[in-house]
Amino acid sequence: MTAMSNRAKLGVVVASAVLLGSVAAGYVAVAAEPASAPPPATGDQALTLAPGPRLLAITDRHLSTVATADPAGSRTVSGLECLRVYAAAGTGVCLKPETAWSYQMVVLDAALRQTRAISVPGLPNRARVSASGRMVSWTTFVGGDSYTSSGFSTRSGILDTRTGTTVASLEEFAITRDGRGYRNADVNYWGVTFTADDNRFYATMATGGRRYLVRGDLAARTVETLKDNVECPSLSPDGTRLAFKEAIGADPAKGWRLSVLDLATMRVTATAETRSVDDQAAWLDSGKLAYTLRRDDGQPDVWSVPADGSGAATLAIPGAESPSPLT
Amino acid sequence: MYLSTVSRPAAEDPDPGPRRRRFALVSGNVVALGTVSLITDVSAEMVAAVLPLYLVLGLHLSPVAFGVLDGVHTGATALLRVVGGFAADRFRRRKLIAGIGYTLSAVAKLGLLLAGRSIPAIGAVIAVDRIGKGVRSAPRDALITLSTPPEALGRAFGVHRAMDSVGAFLGPLAAFAVLLVVGQSYDAVFVTSFCIAALAVVVLVLFVRERPPGEAADGGTVDGGPSDGPGDPTVSVREAFGLLRGGPARRLVLAAAMLGLATIGDGFVYLLLQRREDLGLRWFPLLAVGTSLAYLLLAAPLGVLADRIGRLPVVIGGYSALGATYLLLAGPVDGWPLIALTLALYGAFYAATDGVLIALAGPVLPARLRTTGIALVQTGQALAYLVSSVLFGLAWQAWGPENAIRAAAVAVAGVLVGTLLLLASPSRLTTRKVPR
Repeated sequence: MTAMSNRAKLGVVVASAVLLGSVAAGYVAVAAEPASAPPPATGDQALTLAPGPRLLAITDRHLSTVATADPAGSRTVSGLECLRVYAAAGTGVCLKPETAWSYQMVVLDAALRQTRAISVPGLPNRARVSASGRMVSWTTFVGGDSYTSSGFSTRSGILDTRTGTTVASLEEFAITRDGRGYRNADVNYWGVTFTADDNRFYATMATGGRRYLVRGDLAARTVETLKDNVECPSLSPDGTRLAFKEAIGADPAKGWRLSVLDLATMRVTATAETRSVDDQAAWLDSGKLAYTLRRDDGQPDVWSVPADGSGAATLAIPGAESPSPLT
Repeated sequence: MYLSTVSRPAAEDPDPGPRRRRFALVSGNVVALGTVSLITDVSAEMVAAVLPLYLVLGLHLSPVAFGVLDGVHTGATALLRVVGGFAADRFRRRKLIAGIGYTLSAVAKLGLLLAGRSIPAIGAVIAVDRIGKGVRSAPRDALITLSTPPEALGRAFGVHRAMDSVGAFLGPLAAFAVLLVVGQSYDAVFVTSFCIAALAVVVLVLFVRERPPGEAADGGTVDGGPSDGPGDPTVSVREAFGLLRGGPARRLVLAAAMLGLATIGDGFVYLLLQRREDLGLRWFPLLAVGTSLAYLLLAAPLGVLADRIGRLPVVIGGYSALGATYLLLAGPVDGWPLIALTLALYGAFYAATDGVLIALAGPVLPARLRTTGIALVQTGQALAYLVSSVLFGLAWQAWGPENAIRAAAVAVAGVLVGTLLLLASPSRLTTRKVPR
C-alpha cells in the first residue's frame, strides 16, 4: 500500500463507495414492495364480529372470517390490518401498526368500529378478550429494558372496557410463589386468559429462568403460582381445563408440546399434535383447539386438534393465523 | 507534532510549522480508525435497530428462542479477545487482526440473509458478529496508542469514541430510511448494512497504518523495556502471562475488573428511572439516546481534559459521576430534572472512562504486548460486569430496588478507593510527560 498516493487511495475509496452504494440501492429497489392495497373483500357480506358460526383469523395481515363448517372455503377479508386478533361476544381486540416502529391495541365493536386505542410498547405477541367481551388483554415483546443487555422482555396489559381501568403491566402485581411472597426485577408475564367472572385470570409468569402458570386477581392486584412449565394458557369454555404449550424437557429450546391441564386434578394430557406449537391456542368448542403453525418459509396455517389427546391434527384455515371462534 | 511524528519520520520534518500544529488535533491514523469505527457503527446499529422486528415479526421467533441465541457467546468472546490480542502482538499484525474482526462482522450481516428461519444458524451468525467485535477492539485501541504520543492519548481516544458514537446515532436513522422505501423487507436492511461495513473495511485497508517495525515513534515503553523493533524476539505466551505476574500491568487489569464490578448495567439504570418516574413505556428507548448524546458531546472534551490534568483524575471523576447517578435514582430529586441529570451524568461517566481508561493503560503496557494488555483490561472489565449484573439482580430481589441502588453507590465508592490505592502510587500513571 505504501506505493499508493493519498489521491489514489481516495479514488479507490470513492470507487468502492459508488460500487457498494449501487449494490445496496439496487437491492433496495428490487426489494421494495409496492404500496400494499387492502385485499379486496372476497365474501359477499361485510365482516362482523357478531357471534355466529364463523372463525375469525388474520389473512395477509388483515382481518378475515370463514364459516366454521367450511374453514378452508370462501373467506371474508376486511381492510383492517392487524398482527394479532381475538374476539368474543361482539368485542374484538386488534394489535395493529401505528407507525413503522410502533403498535396500538385497539378495541373493536361488532361492526369493526374502533372504540378505544392504547399505544403499546414493543412488538405484538398475544391478544385475548374475556368470554363476556368485557375484559381485554395483550402481550408485547419489549426490547431494551431487559437487564441482560440484549434479550427481550414481555409486557402484558389488561383493560376493563366497562370501567376503562387499565393495567399497563402486570409486573406491578404482588406475587406469591410456592406459597411465599416474591419479588424480582426479572419478572415477565405473557399470555393472559380470563375466567367467567371477569376478575380472575390465568397467565404465564417467568422469573429466574423458569416459567410458571399463575392465577391472578385483578381487583386484589395479586398473582400466585400454580404449576411449573405452563405457558400461554387458554381456558376452556366450561372453565375446567387449560390448553397450554409445555416446553419439552422444560427447555423451550427443544420446542413446545400443545397440552391440556385439568384444573381439578392438575393432570396434563398431551394432544395428538407432535409438532412444536409456539402459540396461545384458542378453544373452537369444548373439545377442539385451534393454533397457528408456520411452514418452512414462514407462511402461517391454522391447525386444529382434539383437546382430549385423541385423533390427529388437521389443517383448518390455510394461509391464516391468530384464530378465534366468534362466540 | 502528532501529525508529523506519525505521517513521516520525525527526523525529516522536525518543525511542521505552527499553522499545521495548531490544527493537528489527533494523528491521521486516529482519524482513519475513527472513520472506520464510525462507518462500522452505522452498519452495526442499523441491524441492531431492526433485529427485534425481524426476529419477532419477520421470522415469528418467540422471545425465549431469542434468549437462546444470546448469552452463550459471552464467555467464548472474552477468551477470543485475549487470543486475538496475543496473536496481534506475536505477529506484530494489529491492523490485520483488527481487519479480520471488521470483516467477520461485515460477513455476518450477509449471513443473516442466508440463515433463513433456522435458529441455530441465526445463533451462529450472531456469534460470528460478536467474535468480530471482540477480536477487533483491542488491536484497534492498540493502534491508537501506538500512533499517538503518550501525552495526547486522552484526546485521541476522545475523538475516536466521539466518532464512534456519531455512527451509532446514524445507524437507526439509516435503517429507518431503508425500511421507509422497502416496507417489511428486512433483508434490504441487511444488504445495505453489509455494503456499509464493507466500505469500512476498504477504508481500514487503505488508510490505517500499522506502525512499521523499528519506527519506534512515541509508542516506546515507559519502563525502558524492550521496544517493538524488528530484531526483537517474538512475543511468547510466557511473556504474555508475565503481564499478569506483577507490576503496573497487573494493577491495571485488577483495577479494570474492580471498576467493572461497580457498574450494574444500562438496563437496570433505565429500568429504575422508568419506575421512579412512571415514564410512558414508549419513551423508554429515548433514555439510551439521551445517554449517547451526552457521551458523544463529552468524549472529546473529557479526553482533552485527561491530557491536561491526568487520566486517573478523569477516570475517578467518571466513576464519581456513576456513583452520583446511582444516588440520584434513590434520591429526592424528581421529574424532568431527575431524568436530564441522570442521563447527563451517566453519559459523562461513559465519556470519562471508556476511552480514558485505555489511554491510561496504553503507556503502562510495553509496546510489544500492548494489544494483549488492552485485551486483558477490556476482558477483565467485561467479565466483572457480568458478575455485577447478576449480583445487582440478587440485591434487587433481596432488598428492593431503592436499597439495591444505594448499595451499588456504596460499592462504587469502595471501588474508587481501591482503584486509587492500586493506581495512584506509581506517580508515572498520572504524569503527562513520559520519559523516554
